[in-house]
Parts: sequence; structure tokens; C-alpha cells
Amino acid sequence: MTTPLDTRQTPLTSDDTKPPILSIRGLTVGFDERLILDKLDLDVKRGEILGIVGASGTGKSVLLRSVLGLLNRQAGQFILFGHDTENLTRAERLTIERRLGVLFQHGALFSSLSVLQNIQVPMREYYSLPQRLMDELAISKLELVGLSPDAAHKFPSELSGGMIKRAALARALALDPQLLFLDEPTSGLDPISAEEFDDLISTLRDTLGLTVFMVTHDLDSLSQACDRIAVLAERRVLAIGNMTELQKNPHPWIKSYFTGKRAFRQWDKS
Amino acid sequence: METGTGRNDIMAPQGSDIATSGQPPLLQGDGTVADGTLHLSGDWTIDTLKEADQQVDSIVQSRSTFQKLNLSGLAMLDTSGAWVIIRLLRGLGLKMTDAEPIRADHKSLFEAVEETNKKQPQSTPQPGFLISALSQTGEDVVEIYNDVKILAYLTGEIVLCLLRSILNPRSLRITSIVHHMHQTGLKAVPIVALMSFLVGAIVAQQGAFQLRKFGAEPFVIDLVGILVLREVGILLTAILVAGRSGSAFTAEIGSMKMREEIDAMRVMGLNIIEVLIAPRVIALIIALPLLGLVANLAGLVGGGMLLWVYSDIAPTAYINWLREAVAINTFLVGVIKAPFMALIIALIACSEGLQVGGSAESLGRRTTAAVVKSIFLMVMVDGLFAIFFAAIGY
Repeated sequence: MTTPLDTRQTPLTSDDTKPPILSIRGLTVGFDERLILDKLDLDVKRGEILGIVGASGTGKSVLLRSVLGLLNRQAGQFILFGHDTENLTRAERLTIERRLGVLFQHGALFSSLSVLQNIQVPMREYYSLPQRLMDELAISKLELVGLSPDAAHKFPSELSGGMIKRAALARALALDPQLLFLDEPTSGLDPISAEEFDDLISTLRDTLGLTVFMVTHDLDSLSQACDRIAVLAERRVLAIGNMTELQKNPHPWIKSYFTGKRAFRQWDKS
Repeated sequence: METGTGRNDIMAPQGSDIATSGQPPLLQGDGTVADGTLHLSGDWTIDTLKEADQQVDSIVQSRSTFQKLNLSGLAMLDTSGAWVIIRLLRGLGLKMTDAEPIRADHKSLFEAVEETNKKQPQSTPQPGFLISALSQTGEDVVEIYNDVKILAYLTGEIVLCLLRSILNPRSLRITSIVHHMHQTGLKAVPIVALMSFLVGAIVAQQGAFQLRKFGAEPFVIDLVGILVLREVGILLTAILVAGRSGSAFTAEIGSMKMREEIDAMRVMGLNIIEVLIAPRVIALIIALPLLGLVANLAGLVGGGMLLWVYSDIAPTAYINWLREAVAINTFLVGVIKAPFMALIIALIACSEGLQVGGSAESLGRRTTAAVVKSIFLMVMVDGLFAIFFAAIGY
């Protein structure tokens, strides 16, 4: 019998004085001989929206997948909600995983289930709730992410790209996670939908008190939604900070990323 | 950059990270008290939702009247809990303003959830047994009609494709045909031979056992020869190929359809029939008779081996008797069916593959349907051939 993992936090006035919700220490991941990530350290603060950027192939998805436990790491430590993920019992691990929500790049909705059933999958797995209540909760989640209840009985193959992302977000939110992982949430969306999606993420963060870990390439998302941005390059986190801080960074890749033509268009608008 | 310190307070009710040890949700108060206030306390989160929902249900159903909902005892709250509280308010005919005090950090959550589930979901009436049976029958008929239509279309297109290839031999994809012959023919030889060998032996053993009672043991050779050559060799091979290659055709074409590869080919101006379907059909039409030949030989060898061991019929005697028992027409009757079986397997498998929809489930359903339909049709066609050959006395 292990002691219950009660880490109830007393409200504090600043994010920085709280332990981070997720700490990654010395993460090393590689395939065959090639190292993708080498002794990477990263902290995700409570309540922030952290954007991860990097050139293609620098291991953004690898980072995300190894945090989620989908990829084996060669070395490194994850401290999630103040607990080292290595030393957890099965039950504790499940409790922690229930506090995580993931939105995969292509939604990963179950194609044989309707949207409503997709959202109910985690509820069904972990709780025994009456069907009526699950229906109401699922509709409520759908409306929170800005879909109309009419979409509830559609199947994923009948949805547009933007609707799939929203429905998948509703599923990720089904159990009220505290830490939400988003893998390129706005990729494949038109600029208007992408902007709405950014607003949605910010709104949800404020109403539900989420912490968001977002892999993205979208400069609009980075400037509008993210509190901090971590730049992944040379197998580690090269720089971390907000948009203005990163723009002053002398590193050539960061310079060209944040002060390139596309980025300038971004500044012209504001 | 920071969006305000209010967010830190929002974190507070959800501060319990992975602990579920909270206070149970509780609703207290009764309608008889003059002020009519309902007191709500404890944690209202998804972990405690079942209990909370039951209490809300019983309060709403008791039809007691309350004017106010006191939320001062509310500890932790999430969207699910907020929804149940909203449902309580709606059930009691109260408004959001009747619930107080609402903590600053709960306010936006309540406001967001308040906006949801406003419409009562209209339940679609379940049709009665007769109606649903009739509509199912109708759908099935339409389905069969569509199957026939697409099979006719595919057959026509393949014939066209073959005619075109006379004028333009390049349109016949030789590489692709050889590849599929390798996959469906050569690679299937070991399993087809083994299975026929065993079936030939089994038929021989059963026959020998029964005929021994009449002292007619040598007639087993007639039995094995005719049965294997006319029916079993080809039919079993075709069934095996339907399970092995027919399902593969459906799955290959179906997953290409799901991943829009077929659409990509279409817009590049490639002819799907010419590139995907015709090579498979032609390859199988060539490969199946050859496999049937292998199966026939293996079946006869199996029967001979068994009779040698079981009934002491020497191989030379077996072969001599077999020569008397079967003629070339026995073999032809069997082998002539093979191309038709191949056509059935390949056409049905490809047509089912092209009808795969967007979901993984539909791929599975179509693959199953391809195997089941082709085996059923093959057995039917086999029966028709038996009647036909009996009628012409061949």
C-alpha cells in the first residue's frame, strides 16, 4: 500500500515560485547510432502555454512522443506533477496519465466511432457514469471547443480538417486534463480557423486552468497564444523565452526564424 | 506577456495534482426551511461525478423548491462538475445569479459551461421491428444491385483494357502482372501442395476404410483420381487463394483508397483499372490453373502414398490403375473451372477494395465480405459446372 499522492498546492502569487508541472532533465533519445536529443533540459511552468519550435527533423515530435511514453529514451528523467515517472506504480501512472490530454497532429479520432463516442472513450474507460450524463458531458465539451451539437453523431470521415482538430481537442479535454499536449494544432487549417483555434486554446487555458505544451510552426500561434517559446536545435533546447527575447538572440537559425520575411509580416500587422 | 495573475488562482482549485482524495460532494437543505437555500459543498469533479449526479437527480426529482444555491462550501471544480451544477440550477428553474457566492476562479468556468447544452437533444425515434426489417431488406437489395453493377463495370473495363493492349502492348503492365503472379502463385505453392497432399490422403483413407468391407479396395484409386481431379483439387485451391490473395487484394486497394492514393492516381491521369485491377485479375487467371495443377499432383501423390502404407497398393500398381480410372477429360473438367474461379476471386476482391470508405472498420468489413462472397460464388459456380458437364456427358 503506497501513500496517496497528495500534492495539493497552496495558491501562490507567482508561477515561478511553484515547482514546474513538467520537468525534463537530461533527456537523451536516439535511433541506432544517431542521437536526436542529447541531455535536453526543459521546464513547463504551471498555467503557461509553451511553444516548441525547431527546424524539421530536430526532434520536436520525438520530444513530445518520449514525454508521452510512446518512445523509449536512452537516458533522462521526467518529473510530472512533482513525481518522477520512473518510480510510479501502475495505479499512480494511470492517475497521472488521466491528467494529461493529447491532441495528435491529425486528430487520431477513432474512425469507427462517432464524435460523441470518441469523446466518451476516456470517460467510459475510467469512470462508470450513466449514459445520459456522458452524453451531456460530451455535448458540453463539444460546445466548449466551438462545435455545434449537430456534429456529435457524425463520423470522423465526415468532418472537415478544422472540425477534426476541434473534436480531437474535445476528446483530449474529456477528463479535464491539467496538462495538454498539442502537436501542430493549427497545421492544415486556414488562417481564420487557425486564429480561432489559437484563441480557443488561450480561452480554454484561462477558463479551465490548463497548462499547454504545444509543438507548432505557426508564427501566428507563437506570437498570439504562447507565453514562452522553446527553440529546439543542435539536439537540445537552444533558447527559451518570449517572442521579443528570442528576436534578440544572435543564433543564426533563431535569427532567421524570428526575423525572416514571414516573421516580419507578423510584426507589420501588430 | 503574462496574461494576468488571476490565472494562478484558477490553478488553486485544481491544485490537487494526482490525488483523488477530496471531500465528497454534498447537497444539503430542504424545501421546508423558510429561506429555501440549498447548500452545496465538497469537490465537484469528474472523480466524484457519479455521486454528485445522483444527488442532483434526487433533488431535481423531489420537486422541492429552492430560491438560492449556496456555493460557499464548493472546494474543487472542473467542467464536468460545473455542468452538473448547471443542470441542478436548470432543473430547479434557477438562474446563474441565484447561485452564490461564486469564487472568482470558478466564474469563467461556470460562464463557459452555462453556454452549453442549451438545446435539448432531440432523440430520433427507434423504428419498429417490421420497419427496420423491411428497410434492412431494402438496403440489402440496393447493395446487391450495386455489387452487380460494379462487377459488370469492372469486367467490361478489363475486357476493354485487354483489347486496348492489342493495339498498344505497353498498356498491359507486364511487370505488375509478374509481380502479382509471384505473390499469389509461386508463394502459395508450398501451402497449396501440402494441403492437397493431406486432403488426397484423407480421401484415400476414408474410401479405403469403407470399401474394404466390400473387398473393393482398389476402387479407392478411382475415387481419389476422379474426386481430386474433377472437384477437390481446384475448389480447395481456389478457396485457399480467396482467403490468401483475395483478402490481400481488398486490403491493398482499400488502404490505398483510404489514404487517397487512388485519387492521386486518378488526377495524374492513370487508369485505375489498367494499373491496379487488370494486373491482379490477369495474374490470378494465369496463376490459379497452375496452382490447381500443383494441387492435383499433390493430391494424387498423397492418395498414393497413403494407399501404399495403409492398403499395401504399390506405387506402380497405383499408377497403372489410375491410368485406367481417369482420362484427360477428368483433368480438363477440373482445370477449366480454375480461370473462372480466379476471375470471381479477383473481381470481387478488387470491387470490395474500391468500395472501402473512410474508417478502419469499413476496411475490415469489406475484406471479410470479399472472402465470404467469393467463396460462396465459387461453390455456386462449381455446382453449375457439375450440372453442365453431367448434361453434356463429358
